[in-house]
Amino acid sequence: MLKFNDKGIYCEQADVYIDPWGQVDRAIITHAHSDHARWGSRHYLAHHYSVPVMRWRLGSGINVTGIGYGETININGVKISLHPAGHIIGSAQVRLEYRGEVWVVSGDYKLQNDHLATPFEPVRCQHFITESTFGLPVYRFPAVEVVQTEINDWCAKNTAAGKTSVIIGYALGKAQHILYGLDRSIAPIYAHGAVVNMNRTLEQSGFDFSYAKPLDYSLSKKDLQGCIVIAPPSAVGTPWLRRFDPYSIGICSGWMQLRGARRRRGVDRGFVMSDHCDWQQLNTAIKLTGAENVYVTHGYKSIYAKWLRDEMHLNATEVDTLYEGESIEGDKEEAIAENTQTGIASQESNEDQSISSPENGDAA
Amino acid sequence: MKAFAELYTAIDQTTKTNAKVDALVEYFASAPETDVLWTVAMLTGKTPKRTIRSGELKEWSAEMSGLPYWIFDESYHIVGDLAETITLILPPPSSSAGYSLTETIAFLRSLDQYGDEDKKIAIQRRWDEMDTGERFVFNKLITGSFRVGVSKQLVIKALARQFKIEEDTVAHRLTGDWSPDTTTLTTLLSATGDTDSYYRPYPFYLAYQLEQPVEELGDVRDWQIEQKYDGIRGQLLVRRGELFVWSRGEELMTEKFPEFEILKDILPDGTVIDGEVLPFRDGRPLPFHLMQTRIGRKNLTKKSLQEAPLVMMCYDLLEYHGEDIRTRPMQERRALLEQVVKDANAIAAVPLLLSPVLDCKTWEEATRARETARDNNCEGLMLKHKNSPYETGRRKGQWWKWKVDPLTVDGVLLYAQRGHGRRANLYTDYTFAIWDGDELVPFTKAYSGLTDKELLQVDNWIKRNTIDKFGPVRSVKAELVFEIAFEGINRSPRHKSGVALRFPRILRWRTDKKKEDANTKDDLMKLIEMQEATR
Repeated sequence: MLKFNDKGIYCEQADVYIDPWGQVDRAIITHAHSDHARWGSRHYLAHHYSVPVMRWRLGSGINVTGIGYGETININGVKISLHPAGHIIGSAQVRLEYRGEVWVVSGDYKLQNDHLATPFEPVRCQHFITESTFGLPVYRFPAVEVVQTEINDWCAKNTAAGKTSVIIGYALGKAQHILYGLDRSIAPIYAHGAVVNMNRTLEQSGFDFSYAKPLDYSLSKKDLQGCIVIAPPSAVGTPWLRRFDPYSIGICSGWMQLRGARRRRGVDRGFVMSDHCDWQQLNTAIKLTGAENVYVTHGYKSIYAKWLRDEMHLNATEVDTLYEGESIEGDKEEAIAENTQTGIASQESNEDQSISSPENGDAA
Repeated sequence: MKAFAELYTAIDQTTKTNAKVDALVEYFASAPETDVLWTVAMLTGKTPKRTIRSGELKEWSAEMSGLPYWIFDESYHIVGDLAETITLILPPPSSSAGYSLTETIAFLRSLDQYGDEDKKIAIQRRWDEMDTGERFVFNKLITGSFRVGVSKQLVIKALARQFKIEEDTVAHRLTGDWSPDTTTLTTLLSATGDTDSYYRPYPFYLAYQLEQPVEELGDVRDWQIEQKYDGIRGQLLVRRGELFVWSRGEELMTEKFPEFEILKDILPDGTVIDGEVLPFRDGRPLPFHLMQTRIGRKNLTKKSLQEAPLVMMCYDLLEYHGEDIRTRPMQERRALLEQVVKDANAIAAVPLLLSPVLDCKTWEEATRARETARDNNCEGLMLKHKNSPYETGRRKGQWWKWKVDPLTVDGVLLYAQRGHGRRANLYTDYTFAIWDGDELVPFTKAYSGLTDKELLQVDNWIKRNTIDKFGPVRSVKAELVFEIAFEGINRSPRHKSGVALRFPRILRWRTDKKKEDANTKDDLMKLIEMQEATR
């Protein structure tokens, strides 16, 4: 029922695309990260919670419809519904059913409960499309609570030493995940403008992050001493950080599991916190769907697909997409912008970009 | 092991030297004495040798994790570090046994007596009794790849602080051939232990590359200018009628240099000379690679002795008739050195040469001398202040190395492989090609020189322009051009390109050049011919 073509994941019967990277007529969006929710389609369908974020990012004039989890719509005989993916607020798996054939496009997802995103619900299907960002047995993420305690302990130690704690995570998703677990009694909490804007947008859906204050220019260096600051990856290594001197900087990412990635990033601390599945979660999720056909996208896709074939005896294939998984080198939108700006990439032209980017997720 | 693993993590997590020294001091203050001794040994390069083959470790850890071997191997390619891969892939431990570092090392050394199956059981049991941090350090020890981001200098600093001893004294006591098996921390660090350390070299004085314009050093007449020879820096000691030759890496190499054996009967007792061990014939140094071949041999044959006869090019005198003269000014030491070398040569033909002092009346003359250094198989010049003492460690100010600018060649990126450690999971190890007619032939590998940002860009490009994958290696579209710097070039029948470079590294990414602009094999052959013509 679904096909992968040069614009995205396509359902011919309903004439809709899921998370298209080309400009299409009708797009169903799993979640509002910019590698999944892209600009230029005529009509969008997404979960209610994603709607304000998409309007904020893609323009207030876009034509977007919001629906709830479990709500079914029917397009030309195809029953389409959204189910929680647990990745970020509003993230959804897309279930499509036509004449007894069931497909699920999971977008990005995780099984851990971060208490913000509606927890992942397995959906039975015959065809399951999964990411593989952390699809290797070396990725074994600690429990959400364990990491929250580590972060709080680290912040408390910094504050006691008169140092500011700068914590790095995506503006959408990771920043809120971090904020939610912070012990607000340690020190005042501030957020970078990109995070504040995202928080305000999510507040339209009824979430409350007002305890993370914007960094007004009226704040003196003394006011900021020993506080906690949440900032996006783009802030690392910029003069913006000087304001917080003396500070210690920590980054939250699944990639922090690897020492090489930790050291390459040049930060003081790496916290293993991800909104994607680790190895065990991927395997568990796939078993729970009961799917016999699995399509493996962004990440260690060739290795993970081989694992599913050889060891789990599933009919698994790897698929090239333009999704990026988790990036620690910059916000995804910046990464995409940068790819098109650098000298090498510009020679490749847009055409080259839209064909495929092998293993985009594995170091992105 | 817990405390040692924490020390490792503390050092690993920071780039600030003060924080590293603090962590070391804290550990020295609280750890048991034998653990401190072993730590000092390991941090100064005395790591236990590998006891188990990595293939076995891979199998045993895959087995314990219940994973097929191939996926272990794939993970290893991506993590880029065997010890870390094993650490991450094993199931969580079922207990924490709290072994000490000393006990762990004793355990590792006892493994030789075990049969294969018992070895496996013993290692797997250990894995099951340690937390992630301990496991990682343990695995580093068994794979023989234990390295930490502290220099010997920092260890010395921390020891000096904790045990209230002068840094230079600590440095001296740590040099040489001591082992935790035959000494204690107290003996190692106490002065009374020095009576038995007659075989130890002094800590080497190392220079930094001169960055500022040479004129800023002041009057040229205040400087002793010498060639910077390309050999093995070493110290030659004659004490109590014995001869010792130590390399700069503080490896005892006496047996490698039988030529020097006679010196123990010729040099006065209590002589220490700093110099460069070089292959030398017909009045001039031979290329470095001849030396390398000779050093690599287990057994020295008559033929290899003839092919690469070694001499010591003497730079400095550190001990004269048993007296440590390192604090005397350079020119005074030089005069004594000349005397010692002259006296020795008066007794017999000895392989000791004086490093000539170049007579430069102006910096312009010195600059010209530097430019011709390569013709003498030298890397450039050394500038030493005539009043300088012989210091310890790498220091700025009184000694400078002034190397010639490297040779360069433009090559096309052809293959890429993932890096290790900090660069794991990124394609950072490159193979470059030059033109041979209309064919691109690989001529060198290089894996340093780009900034982190450039590495990411090139990595991204590689992933988008892969033509083929063979194991961890990818071949890519011939397009990107890089300028490769190197120190020397020689003919090499083993390489397809027919040349071998010395110290190749990436100087910069030539985004302004197309693949057609890369150099050719003829260009490199001309370089070699030019070199040979001047010999």
